[in-house]
Amino acid sequence: MSNNAGLFSSSLGRKYLMAITGLFLCSFLLVHLIGNVALYTDPVKFNEYTRFMSSNPLIRVMEIILVVGFLAHIIDAVLLTKANKAAQPVKYAMDKKNSSWYSRNMGLTGSIILAFLVLHLQSFWYQYKFGEVVYVLDSNGESIKDMYTIVITAFQQSWYAGIYVIAMVLLGSHLNHGFQSAFQSVGLRHKKYTPTIKKLGTAFSVLITLGFISFPIYFYFSQL
Amino acid sequence: MTKLFDNIPEGPLVDKWTKYKADAKLVNPSNRRNIDVIVVGTGLAGASAAASLGEMGFNVKSFCFQDSPRRAHSIAAQGGINAAKNYQNDGDSTYRLFYDTIKGGDYRSREANVYRLAEVSTNIIDQCVAQGVPFAREYGGLLDNRSFGGVQVQRTFYAKGQTGQQLLIGAYQALSRQISKGSVTMHNRHEMMDIVKVDGKARGIIARNLITGEIERHSAHAVVIASGGYGNVFFLSTNAMGSNCTASWKSYKSGALFGNPCYVQIHPTCIPVSGDHQSKLTLMSESLRNDGRIWVPKKKEDAQAIANGEKTALDIPEEDRDYYLERKYPAFGNLVPRDVASRAAKERCDAGFGVSKTGQAVFLDFSDAIKRMGKDVVAARYGNLFQMYEKIAAENPYELPMKIYPAVHYTMGGVWVDYNLQTTVPGLFAAGEANFSDHGANRLGASALMQGLADGYFVLPYTISNYLADDIRTEKISTESAEFEKAEKAVKERLDFFINNKGTKSVDYFHKKLGKIIWENCGMARNKEDLENAIKEVKELREEFWKDLRVPGVQNGLNQELEKAGRVADFIELGELMCYDALDRQESCGGHFREEYQTPEGEAMRNDEDYTYVAAWEYKGENETPELHKEDLTYENIELKQRSYK
Amino acid sequence: MNLTLKVWRQNGAEDKGRIVEYKISDISPDMSFLEMMDVLNGQLIDKGDNPVSFDHDCREGICGSCSMYINGEPHGPENLITTCQLHMRSFKDGDTIYIEPWRAAAFPVIKDLVVDRSAFDAIIQVGGYVSVNTSGNTQDANAIPIPKADADSAFDAATCIGCGACVATCKNSSAMLFTSAKISHLAHLPQGKVEAKERALNMVAKMDELGFGNCTNTGDCEVQCPKGISLDNIALMNREFLGASLKSEK
Repeated sequence: MSNNAGLFSSSLGRKYLMAITGLFLCSFLLVHLIGNVALYTDPVKFNEYTRFMSSNPLIRVMEIILVVGFLAHIIDAVLLTKANKAAQPVKYAMDKKNSSWYSRNMGLTGSIILAFLVLHLQSFWYQYKFGEVVYVLDSNGESIKDMYTIVITAFQQSWYAGIYVIAMVLLGSHLNHGFQSAFQSVGLRHKKYTPTIKKLGTAFSVLITLGFISFPIYFYFSQL
Repeated sequence: MTKLFDNIPEGPLVDKWTKYKADAKLVNPSNRRNIDVIVVGTGLAGASAAASLGEMGFNVKSFCFQDSPRRAHSIAAQGGINAAKNYQNDGDSTYRLFYDTIKGGDYRSREANVYRLAEVSTNIIDQCVAQGVPFAREYGGLLDNRSFGGVQVQRTFYAKGQTGQQLLIGAYQALSRQISKGSVTMHNRHEMMDIVKVDGKARGIIARNLITGEIERHSAHAVVIASGGYGNVFFLSTNAMGSNCTASWKSYKSGALFGNPCYVQIHPTCIPVSGDHQSKLTLMSESLRNDGRIWVPKKKEDAQAIANGEKTALDIPEEDRDYYLERKYPAFGNLVPRDVASRAAKERCDAGFGVSKTGQAVFLDFSDAIKRMGKDVVAARYGNLFQMYEKIAAENPYELPMKIYPAVHYTMGGVWVDYNLQTTVPGLFAAGEANFSDHGANRLGASALMQGLADGYFVLPYTISNYLADDIRTEKISTESAEFEKAEKAVKERLDFFINNKGTKSVDYFHKKLGKIIWENCGMARNKEDLENAIKEVKELREEFWKDLRVPGVQNGLNQELEKAGRVADFIELGELMCYDALDRQESCGGHFREEYQTPEGEAMRNDEDYTYVAAWEYKGENETPELHKEDLTYENIELKQRSYK
Repeated sequence: MNLTLKVWRQNGAEDKGRIVEYKISDISPDMSFLEMMDVLNGQLIDKGDNPVSFDHDCREGICGSCSMYINGEPHGPENLITTCQLHMRSFKDGDTIYIEPWRAAAFPVIKDLVVDRSAFDAIIQVGGYVSVNTSGNTQDANAIPIPKADADSAFDAATCIGCGACVATCKNSSAMLFTSAKISHLAHLPQGKVEAKERALNMVAKMDELGFGNCTNTGDCEVQCPKGISLDNIALMNREFLGASLKSEK
């Protein structure tokens, strides 16, 4: 019989792809969070940071890889979910689960995060690239796009801050399962180390959630 | 008296099987694929036979009534499998295993068969390990052994308490390999309904597809019956709910003789019946008797009070307890063999000292063991069994003594076969618990698994080839013959009768009633009067069954009541035959205890002078008394002795 | 005890099926769940109705036949037991009990609570074995010492009874716990290692082909497995398959 209809079309191949892209996206989140800390320094530094991120050739290449990573993660998820729904066409009249809510609702949390991502890109990335942005001066006295103001303005709107907070909580839920699940999917499980990986995953998701939430909360409340 | 041909090869005992294999006729590999073999049953014997025959290149058709061959009841065997490997260097040998098996069988089995069994036992272990059966191992990485039931060597290989499961999965995997290669065609959820004979030879079966209800004809050059024992005649037993005697019984009715039907093994340590709703009994490993003490109250009023729930075991002071096994058998105490322990429990309960609502239970007490060794040691040894008990009985055996009672466990009797495992119908073979051959009147612990695999892996492949060598010019057997026609018609008529009969009683009603009659009269202790009564009662029950049975549903679809109806119809007839056999055997041996034939101390008394034979019964037609044939057992290598456990 | 049963009734594969309610009384807490079903069926037969079909055989928790989804859980509310080992004392007088068949596209309902699990056999048939002939002339059983830890791990994986509770409880009807248990059983033993790669590739491909879903690591299967088969086995399968796929030349 034919063994390999292509590694990534098999159920396990798709799991590997989810795991690898997921962990890659985790690394992006961490870098993104660290970069955002510049918001707490001063507007000029933040604007210089955004300029660096949008002009450095290496970062531009990474950006393409990131987009591919996102797309692979999302498309793979859609394919898996479709197959999974087909595998259990009839639901139970009474069903109890013993697993965590967040492990069972990766599709839901993922979809909401995706919707948020679209909004997020529209309000920041798109604005920065194609919108009307005010120019200010950087530390060398050259003109620079004032991304800082765009961000702060958005965070000071209650609806935006609210959506942001909710999305980040769901992201945390997604990560809490996703992080440790990725290790299991590629077969990295060990009696001694797996509990640590699980704790690390929870710590990571809490860090990412609280870290990102802190920005809208700080700027929203500091205007009051 | 008709002489039965056992077809045992000439020559010294130790050389018989070697010589047989050297002389056996073979079938050329290119001819094998044109020869069909049907195997009914997928337990240890059936699955291993089908796998081995498929591997040789025969075209095998395998049948089981379960939804998968992996579910056959061999899977439930707990303890282990014997083999004369002598890995423990404690003096074991093929001869010793042979000797222990003959003696354990109370000198009622065939020397040549048992020796062959002991001889191939070592191959079984090699084979199973090569297949990936995860036997228990020591820290050095080598196989571990435990000792078992009344022998003086450690020769039992085991996989925790799930040895049967692991061995069956091994055989199932070997079978699956052949299915994938196309040499075995598997028919799950199919029930064998009848044997078809053409020109006096077994040439096929009629089977019912249990899902669609379709009646199918399957032809073959030879048929193997490996469908297990008939313990479910008793309704309550440790057998699976679906375990049935239909394949053996149809063999009997088509001319195969039935050997020693009265030899039934009753296991002493089972969880007692809790009420009328009980559907089956659960065995607790025999090992519990190593540390538990068995007792009942000395006073009837105490037993009564416990039964009514007014008292518990803890309220009975030491001096009012009757440790009856220690009292009667000071030398062996609680460790007397299965049959002796079972009968003693029955005797006490019949005398009114039983300790449960039903009056049928004795205590198995671990309080001394806990005092002596501590709870932790007891838990380490028996923890999983205690847990199992607590789940079923809802009592904590660390605090209250367990309640146990004997239950039907294994049937030594079965279809009569010669040295080739061939029945008196040419081309019809029987293997495993379905045949009568190796255990005599009583089976030793851990020997059932050994026999099943020996028959399937190592004996049948030679003996069936030897038979089929003469059949290579026989074309594919047609299923269009008058014989198939007739057999199918009879099967259909019987099924139609069940469906259309407008009776009032369910199948279970009759099955329970049959079980009660046989248990009370042809169970642990038998006597002439009871047996004669039982024959009368079973006959009446049979009449009532065919008059007043109600089977709901339809024939052409899944209908579990209809399946049961056919099985119970056969159980009723077999129950009657058991009584005839028990009546004929005017001695006590192994699992067969006739109250008239006991020593003044109440021990079994064999009569070697008159009864050293296999009783092989021939079917003579409906409502006719079956005819007894005797196969004389000759012991050339072993001296017959009386067993004593005082 | 008096109980209300809501039982899935389906007259054959083509029938749509529905939940039917039955009242049942005088149930003893000492009965097993299946004995309670026997009582129900007895009543149905007496009334001239069709009894409820359900798979069962050994009734001691080892054959893997019984398969009921009881009150939202495979094999009912207790863990580490099969339906036949469940006793009525796990319920209270007046309880309502839902009884449904396993639900999975790969396990179609045959009738009432009976489903077709032959997909499991099909997975084993493509490689769940060691390719050794049954000659008996293999090497001596003690020729290859196997570390006790490996033998024990192999045993733990091999205790799978193939009941299908893992598939039934999985929201994706994934058969990964079942498949991995066999891959893991044989991969832990030197006898099984020879074909380990091929086995992993073939069994996973078969599992996919039969319409089982994917594993999303929720862990429900491990909780509901009556034999406590561990997720360790799935991780092992993931490793085996990854290695095998990368090395495979096909």
